Amino acid sequence: MKIFHLWLIPLLPFAGFLLNGILGRGLPKWLVSTIALLAPLGSLLIVLSTTFGFFGSVPVPHFEPRIETCPIGWIHAGALNIDFTFVLDQLSLVMLLVVTGVGFLIHIYSVGYMGHEEGYWRFFSYMNLFMFFMTVLVLAGNALLMFVGWEGVGLASYLLIGFYFQKKSAASAGMKAFVVNRIGDFGFLIGMFLLLATFGTLTFSEIAAKLDADPTLQGGVVTAIALCLLLGAAGKSAQLPLYVWLPDAMEGPTPVSALIHAATMVTAGVYMIARTHAIFDRSPLALSVVAIVGAATALFAATIGLAQTDIKRVLAYSTISQLGYMFLGCGVAAYSAAIFHLVTHAFFKALLFLGAGAVIHALNGEQDLRKMGGLRKNVPLTFWTMTIAVFTIAGFPPLAAFFSKDAILAAAFAQGSSGKILWFVGLVTALLTSFYMFRLWYLTFTGESRAEGHHHPHANPKSMLGVLVILAILSICGGWIGIGAGVGRFGAFLAPATGQHLEEASAGSLELILSIVAVAVAAIGWFIAHSIYSKGTKRAEELAATYSGPHTLLVHKYYVDEFYSATIVKPILATSTYVLDWIVDKAILGGAAWLLAGICKFAGALLQRWQSGNIRSYAAWLTAGAAAILLFVLVPWSTVLAEWFGIHVGMGGH
Amino acid sequence: MIPLSWYLLLSALLFSMGIVGFLIKRNLITVFMSIELMLNAVNLSFVTFAHQWHAVKGQIFVFFVMMVAAAEAAVGLAIIIAVFRARATLAVDRVDLMKL
Repeated sequence: MKIFHLWLIPLLPFAGFLLNGILGRGLPKWLVSTIALLAPLGSLLIVLSTTFGFFGSVPVPHFEPRIETCPIGWIHAGALNIDFTFVLDQLSLVMLLVVTGVGFLIHIYSVGYMGHEEGYWRFFSYMNLFMFFMTVLVLAGNALLMFVGWEGVGLASYLLIGFYFQKKSAASAGMKAFVVNRIGDFGFLIGMFLLLATFGTLTFSEIAAKLDADPTLQGGVVTAIALCLLLGAAGKSAQLPLYVWLPDAMEGPTPVSALIHAATMVTAGVYMIARTHAIFDRSPLALSVVAIVGAATALFAATIGLAQTDIKRVLAYSTISQLGYMFLGCGVAAYSAAIFHLVTHAFFKALLFLGAGAVIHALNGEQDLRKMGGLRKNVPLTFWTMTIAVFTIAGFPPLAAFFSKDAILAAAFAQGSSGKILWFVGLVTALLTSFYMFRLWYLTFTGESRAEGHHHPHANPKSMLGVLVILAILSICGGWIGIGAGVGRFGAFLAPATGQHLEEASAGSLELILSIVAVAVAAIGWFIAHSIYSKGTKRAEELAATYSGPHTLLVHKYYVDEFYSATIVKPILATSTYVLDWIVDKAILGGAAWLLAGICKFAGALLQRWQSGNIRSYAAWLTAGAAAILLFVLVPWSTVLAEWFGIHVGMGGH
Repeated sequence: MIPLSWYLLLSALLFSMGIVGFLIKRNLITVFMSIELMLNAVNLSFVTFAHQWHAVKGQIFVFFVMMVAAAEAAVGLAIIIAVFRARATLAVDRVDLMKL
């Protein structure tokens, strides 16, 4: 179906943003939500219209990539040509389905969740703005257009993290997210400059074609480009060492955490690496860096997640950890597996966040796991959907993450001896993941209520619960698209866009053994969590007291924030205050300005005596002036000077 | 016949009286009259030269000057009345709001 232009996909949410952003303050709530919902729904329907007759086709759905270039040029300078090019290929189609699909669901959920908030219209206009930039990012056919979307989602993220801007912690969390992302964006920019210098183009397809045409192009500059792009991806996708902004980003409303900081925006880094895979494929060094960063982040964030007590922060560290998996997948060149995990993660992590949001909503804003408990009876539907999500993320078959996580782990295992280490790290992470998710599950839903006071949990709106059910179904079934020999149907579908990596998954029996090991590990994690948390928090407190050293370390998140604060933030702040502000700004620049002003003032004080305001003094000056002019004109000066003083002036005098 | 220089002397005398009045008198109306005196001193010298050189241009100029002076008198007197209404005085020294 080619009846719709691609540019409609981003433009519909943009129209929603403009309508609600400009007029929303005066509109009734139902109209604001209608506008806000119709915009992403329209985009979703357009994306779906391109997939007609898609799911039935055997063995692999056929999809013809589409490229649309806006007739209005963008940058044409000499040999440099950059246009507004939108590309809909297998990769961007998958990503778009996730972004618009999950995005639309979360919009519906938000109608219920944000119903009582002030600035309802503001929230939805920001959400639509996010959808606009995210679809631009996904559809972009060149790195610069992608960068526009990249920065735009950062802006939307900043605005939504700081949605409760009266709260200082929310405002500074938004700032932190923005500043940390700047570091990544710096890498992305440098990468783009290097791309321009090396290939003379930023269009992804042309870069891939030039790399294909010249097999000698590798090492050196290619590695540098890949590492710069990795820095950008690590910033956006919250990988080591730039992950610190994501846990703080939980200050935003929960639907925002679900949409932006779990399902879509933070996966943009993975998407970007998959999009530029041609470059990464040429640099084994950069690929191994990607894999190491991913594996290290996965493990590191999972360990922090063990000891967090804020339900949203546990999920945030879980997100960082799962993003680490995706990077690990990219690092072993299993891009389709990484994208596969991205898709399933979008389903189950959105479900987890929205479920957590439903729990928080039911408890009137309580986020502390220690003050929950016993909610199974109060919010049964939320309980069941959350249970599905917890089992999914732990990796039990036949739920979605079982397939996607296995695809990544199997691809890592197939990478030789170093791959075995990555696989082992991934496995340990799976154990930790299973443990902390079941910990969250036990603390939230089982046992007795530990809530302070006696407020009764209240029911959630139907719109919220309906979305939970849909996402639960997706979390169950989402993995089945990947079933199949080798890289599976999903991998085969993506193969034209992510390059031919069909050999990455190994023989059936080995894969089966790896799967069994992974499931066993998940079960062990569940068992440990059960033995500690199924009977309240007493056992956990005993353990924390016994191992107080490691426990404190985890509770304080390895003191990374403190470390960054001491080594980076404080020195920069001190330099800014003492050197830049006091010396450069106040002393040098300010001093120069004061000096100039002082000179003017002094001159003015002298000259103002002329402007006495006294008419007769003006008259006197006028007369004196007229007399002086007369004197000058009438007196034959050259003659006078020559005859009286013997001075000769002028050429013709005598 | 009275020589030319006498007319010019009279003109210069009137002009000087105008300047002195312009500079030293306090009353706005007197200052204004001094200005008129200076204009008429100039007119006298114009007419003198026109008669001397039989050039009618000088006399035409006098009419122009008188016309401008009439206009100026209208505007000037209006300003003086406005000043008087506002400040209840015509002393030049007191009309000094422009002073810093």
